[in-house]
Amino acid sequence: MEKLKILVVDDEPGIRSGISRILSSHTVSFPFMDEDYGFDCREASTGEEALEMVASDLPHIMLLDNKLPGMDGIEVLQVIQESKLDIMVAMITSYASLEIAAKATDDGARDFIPKPFTPAELKSSIDLIAKQLFLKRITRSMKEEGKKIRYQFLSVLSHELKSPLNALEGYLRMIQEKDLGDNLDDYREILGRCFQRVEGMRLLIMDLMDFTRIRLENREERIERVDVAERARMALSTIRPLSIQKNIDIGLTAEDLVFVNAAPNDVDIVFNNLLSNAVKYNREGGEVEVSVRKEGENVVIRVRDNGIGMNREEISVLFNEFVRIKNSRTKGITGSGLGLSIVNKITEIYRGKIQVESEPDRGSEFRIILPAG
Amino acid sequence: MGQNHQKTILVADDDPDVLIILRHHLEKWGYEAITVDSRREAEKYLEVYSPHLAILDLMMEEDDSGFILSYRIKKKDPEIPVIISTAVSGERGIRFNLDDETGRKWIKADHYLEKGYRMEELKNVIQKLIG
Repeated sequence: MEKLKILVVDDEPGIRSGISRILSSHTVSFPFMDEDYGFDCREASTGEEALEMVASDLPHIMLLDNKLPGMDGIEVLQVIQESKLDIMVAMITSYASLEIAAKATDDGARDFIPKPFTPAELKSSIDLIAKQLFLKRITRSMKEEGKKIRYQFLSVLSHELKSPLNALEGYLRMIQEKDLGDNLDDYREILGRCFQRVEGMRLLIMDLMDFTRIRLENREERIERVDVAERARMALSTIRPLSIQKNIDIGLTAEDLVFVNAAPNDVDIVFNNLLSNAVKYNREGGEVEVSVRKEGENVVIRVRDNGIGMNREEISVLFNEFVRIKNSRTKGITGSGLGLSIVNKITEIYRGKIQVESEPDRGSEFRIILPAG
Repeated sequence: MGQNHQKTILVADDDPDVLIILRHHLEKWGYEAITVDSRREAEKYLEVYSPHLAILDLMMEEDDSGFILSYRIKKKDPEIPVIISTAVSGERGIRFNLDDETGRKWIKADHYLEKGYRMEELKNVIQKLIG
């Protein structure tokens, strides 16, 4: 278990030792973390002493009281920021006014622990900071490899992962409390919702793997001459169960001997995403037409549906991460909001183009144009 | 509690499961729950009716739908208590504080709940606000 170093800066010895005692037995785990975090606390009674200790051994986290005898917490925070020291700072304030919070946030504080606090409150603040620290590390290691994923992406991601957990927890509690009585049949509907959220989370994680993989993997080694029609037929057979369920007819027109130079898996991802969208955002009894043909130097993949379509505004944000078109027509359709941003990224990697035409209630057509191989 | 004395609570959230779970609990506690899944739907309801309390998700169509909605509710009737619930603050590392004047000036809501809150917590807040 990795130990995160915490420096507790407070002029009251009781608070310092209390914090150290609470955190010495506390651990944090997070779904993406390889191992749990534990904590190692050291203590300083003034800002000056804290900065001296920081200079000799940089802590990961600083719990900083704002009211200190010499320099105050905000000043310590400013020194840390000016010296660009990589410490996550949480301010301990006796009254958490928005003004101090705003000032401290500008100066780089990550969290606030209002005083007096309970052990549970302290732990939950520490959990939050440890999580931020972990996310910062991932972001940094990706940056170092030249694969920058924005912090904002991770915060949206964590929101997207938390929503299904909150829903599941809410339902589990209803079941635990026997809110709907003793008959299991009465829980069928909420159990169905639970399974749906679990499935949504699974899809999100799978898309997330694709999303990360296409940015990180060494593609050169896996590029080969891919038979596009063959990949299209495979994708069709994957989507068929869903299309039968929704009574949607899918047709494929593919020229033989049409090739692109690509990692086969990337081509699969493009087909799978476009086809599943064409089926999902469709209507009962709708149609999907897929075509693959060579046009000059290019291979053109077309996926057309006569489903619910989109307006201009919706098209304009379509390829952004975590965008899901929300309107009365898309109610009840689930997805990660990553699919088309993945397709877009893959198209970009192979120097291709993606074109969309769509009209509400008439349907959409996606065209992927890739250099022929 | 008799039908006629039931207090109405407007719940706006774009997560269908939040609506199902909240409706269940609110009804269990004797309130009438009106659930809508967008700011637009909430505004339609508010054109005609006044709830006794509103529970609003912060992020719906826009990132700040809850604030906009809360502002509209307070403009219509400042006496209607508003609870804003969201999952965003955790990631941003910022907590909203409604205990002082500055906080209240910025955030037009009576209470702020971080998603993942327990139902008992919500119940206490509602009881404190409207009994």
